[in-house]
Amino acid sequence: MAYRADNYDVVVVGLGHAGVEAALASARLGCRTLAVSTNLENIAFMACNPSIGGPGKAHLVREIDALGGEMGLAIDATFLQMRLLNTGKGPAVQALRAQADKRAYQAYMRRALEGQPGLQLRQAAIEAVLMDGGRVAGVRSRTGVEYGAKAVVLATGTFLEGRVITGEYAYSSGPSGQLPAQGLSDDLRESGVRLGRFKTGTPPRVDGRTVDRSRLTEQKGDERPRRFSFLSHPVPRPQLSCWLTYTTEETHRLIRENLHRAPLYTGVIEGAGPRYCPSVEDKVVRFADKARHQVFLEPEGWNTTEMYVLGLSTSLPEEVQWQVLRSVRGLEEVELLRPGYAIEYDYLLPHQLDLSLQVRGVTGLFSAGQLNGSSGYEEAAAQGLAAGVNAARQVQGLGPWMLRRDEGYIGVLLDDLVTKGVTEPYRVLTSRAEYRLLLRQSNADLRLTQKGRELGLVSDERYRRYQERKAEIDGLRRYFAGSLAGPDTPLAERVVQAGGSPLRRAETVEALLRRPEVGVPDVAAALADVAAADRECLEEAVLEVKYEGYLQREQQQVARFRRMEERHLPQDVDYDAVMGLSTEGRLRLKAAQPASVGQAQRLEGVSPADIAVLLVYLEQRRRVRSPGQGMEAPADGQ
Amino acid sequence: MCKAGFGRSGKALDRRWEQLLGDTIAALATAVGEAGVSVVRLSGPEAVTCAARVFRCSRLESLAEGRPRRVYYGWLLDGPGGRRLDDGLAWFSRAPHSFTGEDVVEISCHGGVVASRLALEAVLRGGARLADPGEFTRRAFLNGRLDLAQAEATIDLVQARTGAAFDAARRRLEGELSRRVSSVADRLLGVMAEIEARGDFPDLELEELEPPQVSRELRACMEALRELLAGAEEGRLLREGLRVVLAGRPNVGKSSLLNALLGEERAIVSAVPGTTRDVIEEGLVVEGVPVVLADTAGLRESADPLELAGTGRTAAALRQADVVVFVIDAGAGWLPEDEAAAAALPKTPVIVAVNKSDLRRWAPETAMIERIAGGTDVLEVSARTGQGLGALRQAIARAAGVRRREEPMLGTVRQKHAVERAVASLETAAAAVEGGVSLDLAAVDLREAWGALGEVTGENAPEALLDEVFSRFCIGK
Ligand SMILES: Nc1nc2c(ncn2[C@@H]2O[C@H](COP(=O)(O)OP(=O)(O)OP(=O)(O)O)[C@@H](O)[C@H]2O)c(=O)[nH]1
Ligand SMILES: [Mg+2]
Repeated sequence: MAYRADNYDVVVVGLGHAGVEAALASARLGCRTLAVSTNLENIAFMACNPSIGGPGKAHLVREIDALGGEMGLAIDATFLQMRLLNTGKGPAVQALRAQADKRAYQAYMRRALEGQPGLQLRQAAIEAVLMDGGRVAGVRSRTGVEYGAKAVVLATGTFLEGRVITGEYAYSSGPSGQLPAQGLSDDLRESGVRLGRFKTGTPPRVDGRTVDRSRLTEQKGDERPRRFSFLSHPVPRPQLSCWLTYTTEETHRLIRENLHRAPLYTGVIEGAGPRYCPSVEDKVVRFADKARHQVFLEPEGWNTTEMYVLGLSTSLPEEVQWQVLRSVRGLEEVELLRPGYAIEYDYLLPHQLDLSLQVRGVTGLFSAGQLNGSSGYEEAAAQGLAAGVNAARQVQGLGPWMLRRDEGYIGVLLDDLVTKGVTEPYRVLTSRAEYRLLLRQSNADLRLTQKGRELGLVSDERYRRYQERKAEIDGLRRYFAGSLAGPDTPLAERVVQAGGSPLRRAETVEALLRRPEVGVPDVAAALADVAAADRECLEEAVLEVKYEGYLQREQQQVARFRRMEERHLPQDVDYDAVMGLSTEGRLRLKAAQPASVGQAQRLEGVSPADIAVLLVYLEQRRRVRSPGQGMEAPADGQ
Repeated sequence: MCKAGFGRSGKALDRRWEQLLGDTIAALATAVGEAGVSVVRLSGPEAVTCAARVFRCSRLESLAEGRPRRVYYGWLLDGPGGRRLDDGLAWFSRAPHSFTGEDVVEISCHGGVVASRLALEAVLRGGARLADPGEFTRRAFLNGRLDLAQAEATIDLVQARTGAAFDAARRRLEGELSRRVSSVADRLLGVMAEIEARGDFPDLELEELEPPQVSRELRACMEALRELLAGAEEGRLLREGLRVVLAGRPNVGKSSLLNALLGEERAIVSAVPGTTRDVIEEGLVVEGVPVVLADTAGLRESADPLELAGTGRTAAALRQADVVVFVIDAGAGWLPEDEAAAAALPKTPVIVAVNKSDLRRWAPETAMIERIAGGTDVLEVSARTGQGLGALRQAIARAAGVRRREEPMLGTVRQKHAVERAVASLETAAAAVEGGVSLDLAAVDLREAWGALGEVTGENAPEALLDEVFSRFCIGK
């Protein structure tokens, strides 16, 4: 017999990286929130690599942070190693990456959840979403407990009908030996939600004591580690290294000889896997002429010797994994702790969602994270934040909240998922962002903290820090533009030392900064007024000067882009009644119900002619609704 | 009425997508080649600025300083800061007091195919974009300058035009130009993939891309595109005009017609069949259309090796023909040799000229004509008396217009403009790379170049770049 436990504003199902941010956002916006997990020991668990950040991903973490999310603070508190990547490249692709202490990260997140007023944790396996007409009414657990809810956020990750495969063995399971979520898939299908199946994989874990580090290349963290969160204070502290090694001819031979036992090739695995995260069997087959592949050993925590073997993702039989591991340089004596495996899981075809991550046609049902066909903790967390915010706003009767592609990687991520759909687990990349020079990780707060403040997620402290940073950057820019450096000043000397042509007369600091040979260290060392400035603020101000031309060009592109994005498409357009649409265009528009003309034009199968027809239709409709407006006799004929 | 029409199937990176509204468009406002004067029309917020970049007023510093609805005399330049192309008149109206409701400029200059398309290309270089089919009308409607009934007509127009344009686009896609653009686009994509892979996957152990190596590759792409621009089919049309070929069995009076149309005795005429042994070409202007008129050796089976060689050259000339004038002899009527000659005609528009109509009034039966694939007009002419020659000129110009209505001309203006934009972006990128700018910044221009090329090939889905990255590099955990 079902029993009614309690009523909540928002129930979040699943407490992985998406669920955690969703629950916190919802509660922070004042909603009475219940967050449910099948196992409260596994909150914010990193089922794959123990690392956060990298190009695109670091951008997401900083955006989450700028909006008042938790991920950046959590990794800053628990990192084992911090590195800024792509330092030799341009501002668009520079990105932080951290190795995480997995356990500490989980403990941090659990504390954050427990410290959040209005948020209740519960261990339960949810197997049904309760409906009331076209609205969500709550959820029901396997043990028959019902929780009433005005909005539900599903964030079940790779758990839905999870199936783990190693060699010839396949069994129902969530990642890393956890319980799969069973029953919920069928329940969703009954509500008309369509699901697909993906696979992903993870490498074996080994005992670090049995790794011969003398044969590996050490990769240390940065001497002055930076931080993800705009709220954290970077402090130097001990770090752990990663270790680089390579596969050998022997590794490749072993894999080739055992391909007939690889589930990927025997047809045991049906789901589509990600191209950017191929199994080692895949790499050996697809890049047969490569003599060796990289393998990174990454520490998993301060209190464990366990190491993650990045590069050897595999679902080969366990005894083959042993041989493969021991064929790698420096791993000749290695002890396997946990075998690698492939996991198949159900995901929700994300084009059924609107840009607020609400399932179209089911008011109050939101979906976030790997369940939506994405991959990665950061992608999950970003969706979690968006879904949590939108669930709360739904309950509070406020309109949906979203970011556009020109405002953040979060906007790119959501639009890509919803508008284009997925054919493999989706990973964010800087190359996916059209306006990536504007969407730097270094200016996430400048772009988004004001918005987060308006939403109600940004604390007074965070807001104050943002205002200070903004003021400091603006002040530096004014200083650069307004102060002159003469030919015999220290800055001029540094210019010459750096190989620049000598100054003939005084020039503004700004003009000197535009020279390629002049950079942050020069102004910091040569100008007393600048020396005291916060390093990141200085970097940001210099960057804005140096790349002004490119930034302006992207801004112009954005202005064009916005014109279409801001053409709102009413949700009650009857596309069957729009005369002149192509058959395919009509079908796509009907299925996707795009929110704007801009989104419509990104749909596969919608042609420029369809957009032209749509614009004309919208204008017709506007005139019919407000007759007598907008008509004037043409000034002259055509 | 705007005459542009080139649909495309690619997506996203294309700036035309972003600009369906609110940017500045241009098109020819008069029918090409038929009028003595051609008018280029611009509409959009930048219309006056774009026009002022390529139209130098005689009395003003810049057209932008002028007053609306006043006519200014001046010179059209072939591009911003370029050389003088033609003299002409320009006037503009300001939003909302124009027929599109936006700023509108009209520049009138000399008519004719060459002059008008050069004028159009000039304003495109000034920063306007070639208008889509029906786009002026559509804007007029969207800006409240047309009523509902007119708007419905617009939709039909958009439909009809785009249908035809898509066909034309497909035809061109199969064409040489597109294939060659594709190969450059692929090469460019390769460069971009190398850059992106290094940015998005810093752990890959790839050697750093050396700026000289990148700029060399970019310059090679530019070179290939420039060559392509110079050698493009439409470039030939522009330099040489429409290729009109006189063909038919021996002795029907082809050489006599060439002479009559030229007004001079250029080709040898004789009563002996097989007089002309080689292809004779002459340039002339027919109804404002520049034409290369070719007289050919009569088509027949022959054992004479010299004549056989002539027939081979005739076949070659026919393959290159834009329009064929198929000559038959009214005096002799339809002979088996005519039948054989007709079978050798290409699938280009064919005008049937029934020559020697001074000898007897005779017209071929429809059944005969139908066997001529692209047959359109049948005209009675006489090289001797000059009768029907005016009609023949008009038919040739019309046949050129048939080609125009399929819009390869404006289609190629668009393509050419796209390729030119790509070259400009590549130039910016190469210069930046050479100046030490980091590659992910230069990528901004590379994306623009690639997007422009995608307008020609129809292939510019952003996914293509990722596909390229994943197929080149072994990426992953
Ligand atoms: N009566 C009359 N005779 C013509 C006319 N046009 C050409 N002829 C005569 O027809 C004969 C052949 O004319 P050509 O112009 O040499 O014929 P062609 O088609 O060039 O012949 P080949 O070069 O041998 O293929 C000459 O004797 C011309 O004078 C015409 O309009 N009327
Ligand atoms: Mg002759």
